[in-house]
Order: sequence, then C-alpha cells, then structure tokens
Amino acid sequence: MSTPYAQQPPPSPVPTPPGHAPHPPYTAPPGGGYSSPIPVTRAHLGHALASEWTKIRSVRSTVWTLGIMFMLVVGIGLLTAVGLDSEGDGYIDMPLLAGGLFGLMLGQICVITLGVLVITSEYGTGMIRTTLTACPRRGRVLAAKALVFFLLAFVTTTLACTLTAMIQSSMLGGRTVSPEDPVGEAVRDSIRNGELIATSDEWLDATVGAGLYVALLGLLSLAVGAMLRHSAGAITTMMGAVLLPPILSAFMIGESLEGVRDALLDYSPLNGLATLYGVPMSDEVNASGWPLLGVLAVITAVAVGAAAALINTRDV
Amino acid sequence: MIELEGLTKRYGEKTAVDRLTFSVRPGVVTGFLGPNGAGKSTTMRMMLGLDSPTSGHVRIDGKRYDQLQEPLNHIGALLEAKSVHGGRTAYNHLLCLAQSNGIPDRRVDAVLDMVGLASVAKKRPKGFSLGMGQRLGIAAALLGDPRIVMFDEPVNGLDPEGIHWVRNLMQQLAAEGRTVFVSSHLMSEMSVTAEHLVVIGQGRLMADTSMADFIAENSRTYVRVRTPEPERLRDALHATGVNAVAADDGSLEVDGQPAARIGDVAAQHRVVLHELSPQNASLEEAFMRLTAESVEYHAHTAAQGQPPGPAPGQSQPPGGDRPTQQWGTGWKEGR
Repeated sequence: MSTPYAQQPPPSPVPTPPGHAPHPPYTAPPGGGYSSPIPVTRAHLGHALASEWTKIRSVRSTVWTLGIMFMLVVGIGLLTAVGLDSEGDGYIDMPLLAGGLFGLMLGQICVITLGVLVITSEYGTGMIRTTLTACPRRGRVLAAKALVFFLLAFVTTTLACTLTAMIQSSMLGGRTVSPEDPVGEAVRDSIRNGELIATSDEWLDATVGAGLYVALLGLLSLAVGAMLRHSAGAITTMMGAVLLPPILSAFMIGESLEGVRDALLDYSPLNGLATLYGVPMSDEVNASGWPLLGVLAVITAVAVGAAAALINTRDV
Repeated sequence: MIELEGLTKRYGEKTAVDRLTFSVRPGVVTGFLGPNGAGKSTTMRMMLGLDSPTSGHVRIDGKRYDQLQEPLNHIGALLEAKSVHGGRTAYNHLLCLAQSNGIPDRRVDAVLDMVGLASVAKKRPKGFSLGMGQRLGIAAALLGDPRIVMFDEPVNGLDPEGIHWVRNLMQQLAAEGRTVFVSSHLMSEMSVTAEHLVVIGQGRLMADTSMADFIAENSRTYVRVRTPEPERLRDALHATGVNAVAADDGSLEVDGQPAARIGDVAAQHRVVLHELSPQNASLEEAFMRLTAESVEYHAHTAAQGQPPGPAPGQSQPPGGDRPTQQWGTGWKEGR
C-alpha cells in the first residue's frame, strides 16, 4: 500500500464528470439499457487527427528524433560553412546552398526512424488494439497518422533546411568569381555580376524541396512500418533502400553493367536529395531534383495504398 | 447487448473458436469462463472487430463493430495485458482516446479520479505496476461512459483491495443497466461477481446458464466414508438401497444421504469407521470437469475421424449424448 494510487479510497464508480449533475436514479427501461449523460458526437477524420496529434507530441521519440535531425542539419551545415569560409576568400566551385546537403543526409535518417516508429510502436506495445477499438475505421486511423506525421516532418525539416541555407548564404555569399576560376557547369547560371549567388530556384530546392523530399521519405517509412509492423525490420528496410543503391553501384564494374550502375545512382534516394542541392551524384549536372521527387511521391503513394489495404484485412 | 451468431475463427487447421452462438444481456454481469487457450481472448477480439471471424458474426447493439459511429460510447473494453504505449503519460493516453471519439477532455480527469490514478496522471505507464496498468485499462474502458463494458481478466495483478473494487464496480455498472461481460479462467472469481455464465472449452460453447442454476446443478454434496472393510459396508449400504462408490484413495463416496444414516447402517452391521465426513465439491471442480470433458471429447472424435459433434447452440451441449457424463450432466436440463 505504498503506491500513491492505492492510498486513495476506492472512488465511486458512478461517472460524474465535474460540472455535471449527478446521475438521475436509474430506472431500468424494459429491454433497454444504460444511456450516458455525456454528449455524443459523431466521430470523423478531424477527431482522428486531433487524437494522432496528441499521440505524436506526447512521446519522447518525436522530440528526440526531430531534435537530433534539427541539430544535425543546422550543426553540420554551420560546420561546413565555417570550414569553407576558412579556405579564404577565393571561389568555391559548388552551388552556394549545397553545404546544407551533408547534414540533411544524416538528418533524414532521424525522420525515417520517426516515420517507422509512429506506427510500429503501436504494434510493439499493443496500443494498436486500443487505438482500433476506439476508431474501428482503420483507413481513417492510417490517414490521420500519415497526415499528422507528414506535416510535422515537412515543417520541421523545411525549417531546419531554411536556417541552414541562410547560414550558407550569409557566410559564403557575395564572393567574386574571377575569369580564371574553373567555373563548373552546375553553377554557371548562378553567377550575377561576377558574384556567386543562390537563384530563387536554388532557394526553393534547398528549403521546401528538401523538406518535401525528406518528409516523403518519412511517409514512405511509415507505410513500410505499417506493412511490416516491426520497428527494427522497417528501419533496416528503409536504411537499405536509402544507403544500398550507391554502395551496390560501386560493385557494378564493366560495360555490360553500366546501365544498371547508372540507374542505381540516378534513382537512389540520396541522389534525389543531392540533385535538389545542385550536386547530383550522376553525370547530369544540370538535372532538376523535382522529377526525382515526383518519383518518390508516386512510390510513397503506392506504399501508403498498400499499407491501407493490408491494415484493413489483417487481424491485430 | 452483444449477440454472437455462429462465430468461428480458424487459424489454418486449428479451430480457435467454433460456432459460438450466445447473447450477452444488459443489466447483469455475464461471466465468460474457460481454461487458458479456450478461445476467450480470440472471441473478445472478434467482438471488438480486431480479428475478423472466419464465419459467423457479432452484433453490438444490433450493429457491426466497424459501423459504430462513436464506439467508445457503445462499448468500452479492457484488453489483455497492457495495450498501452509505455512512454505516453496516463493522461495523454486517455486524452488521445477521448479525442478520437469527440469525448470532452474533462471526462479524462473524471475517469482517472474514478479508478484512483489521478495522482499518477502525469506519469508514464512504463513504470506502473500490473494493478495500476489494469486500472488505467479500466479507465480507458469507462471513458465513453459506454452501455457495454468488456473486461478481459480484470482482476489480474490486483491486490485484494483492487479485486474488491473491481467486483463492486462491475456489479454497479450492471445495476445501472449496462451490459457487463467479463472473462476469467477462475470459477471462484466468477461465482462472486457474475449473475450469468457463459463457459467455453476448446472454442466451443459448454454452458450458457445463470449462475444460480449452475450452482444448483453442480454443487454436489456427498459423504466420504473410510473403513478398513469397504466391501462389507458397501454391501450393507446396498441392502438399504444406498449406493456407495469407491474413490481412488480407497474411501467410499455416498451421494444424497445424510452422514447420520450411513453411520447408523455401519453401527448396525458393526463396521468400524475411520472417517465419516460430509463434503462439498467446489464450483471450481465442476468447471474443471466441464471443460476437461471437452478436451477428452475432442481427442476422442479426432481419433475416430468423426465429424464434429452437434452445433453447440444454446440448448444443445456438445457431447450431450455421451453416456459417461457424471455430475455436471444436468446443467442444461433445468433450463
């Protein structure tokens, strides 16, 4: 009887919400049953969204993963800028905002982890049963989870990327490019009046584009988590999808495998992100990152659809 | 009101729940009894729409579970183990459930208070004892002030005070006109809380009867007699029309006779008695025999390759025609 809860007298089981009149004495209607005094509302997607928002903000994993992501993106971005700045005032053959890429390559792993955990932690703890008894429309639960997570991941990643881009721009911007500097093809359009600047397209790509890309990757992780229902399995799967293609392409030696090698590089998730920052891993230096983002969006949509179909048919 | 009709769940070859048909009525506590692995939890999961039945269906207030608009207002369930995220505080756990059904926030404080967890509302359930976890589960079940409450093994891990509280709670909920459906594998627990009994074994319905009837049918009283000359006493009793049965431990058991009469007979025939004691068979024992028979019955038919027995409807127990049934046989006839 040392626990605090046990010291309380057993409270009255008659539910009497504060501010409510106590129950009227119950008179049993023939064949009827109990009817509740608390107001009844028809549950809809808005309720599910509110519920999922409470869930995501009330666990530590959200704060930790997004916090670490923020620190990695901004911190590594800052270190990159400081490092490049100390090289002197000379020209650096790289798009102005590209320094944000390195931090985000690590930071995206946090978003992937959170995306997986949002759904697999429910399976791991058994919470999913409680969730689905409260809301038996499973599609609605999945939609609410996906929407809440996607918006949260998009907003935080975009914020981190914008801050990083501002750091790059303020510390490295405005450097003069002399005619004898070896100006690469990728930055040829970004030189105005002999100075390296970031075009508005580059700004958009390095902030909203990058945020969208990483949030989509997180949403894909959520869908994979919903299908595999296992934290470690889903995180490993996503890590493999992100990291393996560039590694595999290194083993594709020889003429006959060139096509495979190029495809692995071109469509690897890391290349999508790198292309948005203007430093693609493939040879197409002037490629836009948005078609690859579109590819990721299509893959994610298919995965979410498959997860919805599975969640509706499986026992929990 | 919960209605099950021909509810069946198969996992591959194994039939976990076999054509269950019964209904749970409002206003009384209905005990759902069966040994471990009898299919209680599977049945309850199907009632809540978590598992889909292989065939048959469940209706909650006349509707399928997934057709309920505000399920927590219809039915509140305490599920097996802790179906709770250990890292989310008790308050937030209940809050997210309340929000998903549009239940006002103040109701969360009310149920926390009701189950005695108000002081640990901001604590994470990870550190809760089994009993506190059960209380949190009960709080979640009561959140929507539902017409039906369903408790899976609610007294697991509770201290005596907690057990007493849960019993009173269930009876009070039933007295308010709610449907209370509670599972247990302990007959002794059910005999003090439940007014109605549904017993399953091997996924089949073994009994659907009121507790009073079950007690009347199954609380067998007999007299145990120990003597160095059992054969003589048996013959002597037989001569007066009393049947004595030899028990495994060498004693004799006599049904339906007062101890005094047996003593008189023994005295008349000058038989030495070492023990003469009236006995009451416990309900636990009655329950064990009832469900043990279902196991035997299953193995028997499987060996002979027969099709399964008659549908375990409300009026026809499986294996009801077996000649070897002893006490416990009559639990249906009086209904």
